[in-house]
Amino acid sequence: MGSQTIVRDSDAELIALLRDGDEAAFARLIDAYSAPLLRLALAFVQSPSIAEEVVQETWMAVVTGIGRFEGRSSVKTWLFKILTNIAKTRAQRERRTIPFSEFEVDYGDEPAVDPDRFLPASHPQWPHHWATPPQPWSMGPEGTALDRETMAVVRRALEDLPRAQQVVVALRDVHGWPAADVCAALDISEANQRVLLHRGRSRVRAVLERYFNDTATLCNAESISDTKQAGQ
Amino acid sequence: MTDDITTDLACKELVEIITDYLEGTLPERDRARFDAHILTCPPCREYVAEMHATLRLTGRLTVESISPGARDDLLRALRRMKASSTEL
Ligand SMILES: [Zn+2]
Repeated sequence: MGSQTIVRDSDAELIALLRDGDEAAFARLIDAYSAPLLRLALAFVQSPSIAEEVVQETWMAVVTGIGRFEGRSSVKTWLFKILTNIAKTRAQRERRTIPFSEFEVDYGDEPAVDPDRFLPASHPQWPHHWATPPQPWSMGPEGTALDRETMAVVRRALEDLPRAQQVVVALRDVHGWPAADVCAALDISEANQRVLLHRGRSRVRAVLERYFNDTATLCNAESISDTKQAGQ
Repeated sequence: MTDDITTDLACKELVEIITDYLEGTLPERDRARFDAHILTCPPCREYVAEMHATLRLTGRLTVESISPGARDDLLRALRRMKASSTEL
């Protein structure tokens, strides 16, 4: 991921370059962080266009504020803080705040897999083992499943997640951020982060399972009708 | 407690602790139960493989950044900033 290229520069070096008005350093920072910051902004504001304005404002604040940056936190943490402040103010103005309580997950029931797919607790031999086990996905050899249709299904699965899960899964699994960065940026605990990640990933898997199983049924139906036609 | 760690973990529990397993935050004993379970349970092995496939596919999604125009504006702002500070 792009953010890896940034961490190679030490923070002190990066700050010195930015204070000097080094365009290349600033461009690298923008390129590494704009996409994940857009996603992060969506934790606070509703629309992608407002998220883009929030990110733009964040970078402007970096340009004008680098002289005042005291280096007590990392550049990354500083960036998160600027963005979340701007995003929260913006969300208040729009009165379209995402209730932040969404990120304070309850540990109640949101099973990863439909409970009906398991044998009951009372089963004499296999309590809570699979009754309807997962079927192998019809992905074919490595790479073949990466067609447009599949990727569109993956994208939709991600975008359809509840917002808190969506932001966490995107930052972790699409942008490749480590858990600690996601916790710092969203100001949530490790445990909350993990629950959101777990629920989000489990939902995406379930959507893909339905998609791959349907595709398999379709292919089988087609090959059966092919055989029939061949036999005629 | 039973000594047979393979019967210790049910499939229904495995699908709930898989993220902790992948994150490396599962306590040692649960980790051993998890490993033992997937050795003897093909459906759960399939489930783990599907979770890995899910992560692989999600990781292939393209990302949207800010527009090139917005990027240019920012670099221009930096140039202006530099110019005005060197004048002082
Ligand atoms: Zn199992």
